[in-house]
Amino acid sequence: MKAGSNLEKVLESGQFAVTAELGPPKGADAEVVKKKGNLLRHYADAINITDNQTAIARMSSIACGVILTQLNLEPVIQVVCRDRNRLAIQSDILGAAALGIKNVLCLSGDHQKFGNHPQAKNVYDIDAIHLIQALKKMREEKKLLEGDDLTIEPRLYIGAVENPYADPYEFRVIRLSKKIRAGCDFVQTQGVFDVKKFEDWMRTVTDQGLDRKVHILAGIIPIKSAGMVRYMRDYVSGVSVPEETVTRMENAKDPRREGITICLEIIEQLKEIPGLHGIHIMAVAWETVVPIIVDEAGLVPRPIV
Amino acid sequence: MIITKQKPFEEIARFLESSSRVLIAGCNLCATTCKTGGEEEVKEIEKKLQDKGKVVSGWVILDPACHILNNKKYFRENKEKLDQADSILVLACGNGVQAVSESIDRTVYPGCDTLFLGEIIRFGNYEERCQLCGECILDKTGGICPITRCSKSLLNGPCGGVEDGKCEINPEIECGWQLIIDRLEKQGKLHLLEEIIPPKDWSKSRDGGLRKLTIGRKEK
Repeated sequence: MKAGSNLEKVLESGQFAVTAELGPPKGADAEVVKKKGNLLRHYADAINITDNQTAIARMSSIACGVILTQLNLEPVIQVVCRDRNRLAIQSDILGAAALGIKNVLCLSGDHQKFGNHPQAKNVYDIDAIHLIQALKKMREEKKLLEGDDLTIEPRLYIGAVENPYADPYEFRVIRLSKKIRAGCDFVQTQGVFDVKKFEDWMRTVTDQGLDRKVHILAGIIPIKSAGMVRYMRDYVSGVSVPEETVTRMENAKDPRREGITICLEIIEQLKEIPGLHGIHIMAVAWETVVPIIVDEAGLVPRPIV
Repeated sequence: MIITKQKPFEEIARFLESSSRVLIAGCNLCATTCKTGGEEEVKEIEKKLQDKGKVVSGWVILDPACHILNNKKYFRENKEKLDQADSILVLACGNGVQAVSESIDRTVYPGCDTLFLGEIIRFGNYEERCQLCGECILDKTGGICPITRCSKSLLNGPCGGVEDGKCEINPEIECGWQLIIDRLEKQGKLHLLEEIIPPKDWSKSRDGGLRKLTIGRKEK
């Protein structure tokens, strides 16, 4: 075992993993983190905590993660390269590991232009691939990025992200293989609506044998309303929504139920895709839907490993 | 070329509120090409200031404004014109403003905002191309700089926010990595992208502190 996390054990044992996303509060409110965490208990093998997602300052992902570990829930800490340089990131990672965090997801991060501090200076001292390299070097070589020895290594299960829908399409698999070479153990993808396109991408991945080097979890974004799906289609970069999905949501008598049905249909199709090892549910501001989806998708009880 | 933009005239006028006589200095290089501090623009500002009742003791187009030795020579030779002025308004880049202030003991005001180091696409149309980061990697990226052209300065390929080849922050901005990939594809060099470009040494950039260079003679 690299980190001994629950997520690692589920994936390494060859079972279909479920992770879910938890958005930290815009405030020093530990109770809401606990409430959302408890909601996901028994329905996710690990819970992703976003790191100032869409560049909006919120409670830190490490702090939220520690609150979850105190409840015996397992977090995946998201770390973006936008806000911290290599010193700060490595120091935070050591602190997170010392506090019991076992999974880290490495991302470049949304540009600050989208957030509530658009005048901020961005950092991007290192990119997501360098961050993966740094975590692996710390774990395997007990060294910091620049070579200094560590007393105790952070034992972390290293995650990366990939977006099968973003341009340039032909580069997406090259980028994935770079992340694998850099040392990631699992990959969570952008939300899947267009299953056909995702399948094509997965075929390229499996043709190159990359699915045997890394565990891929497909992203699921539950949609609440026609407005939300149109917003995803028009304004969220890197998300591809088929027109049929939009029409179905627009015509639905009960849009929330229709949104759940769409998710379940996508999950059913994803389960059949060779080389796919799990799903990652990103229910933005709708965490209560996660148990329903996981339950109705027949993915409970979650494995105990 | 250093691309500059003239500050709004109201801001310039505010700088000069407490000044009784001003000398206007332009620059014969970048600011002339940018039409922010050439002879035409300098005369235009002179007229606007005079219309507001300001006394302009004279104007000069420095050769160029960032050349301290030339500046000093000019100020020595034009002592009279200068003696009458209690301040100098410099229509040039930030470098030019500072070189003037290092050349003469007068209050110096910036008439322009310095925007970027860029290319002339066509006259009046400029785009940023180089961040002066101190260590060029254009050999690896098809002659297109990801430090400048990627909004996140990513070194190992585009982020997940590219749509139709455009950057997530603005559909008017082309994704730098899309351009790099297209260029390398055309050249049959896509394999270059498989290399992981290591973390950048920012100590060679501004992050290493003030940069200096001495050539042509031995350093002491």
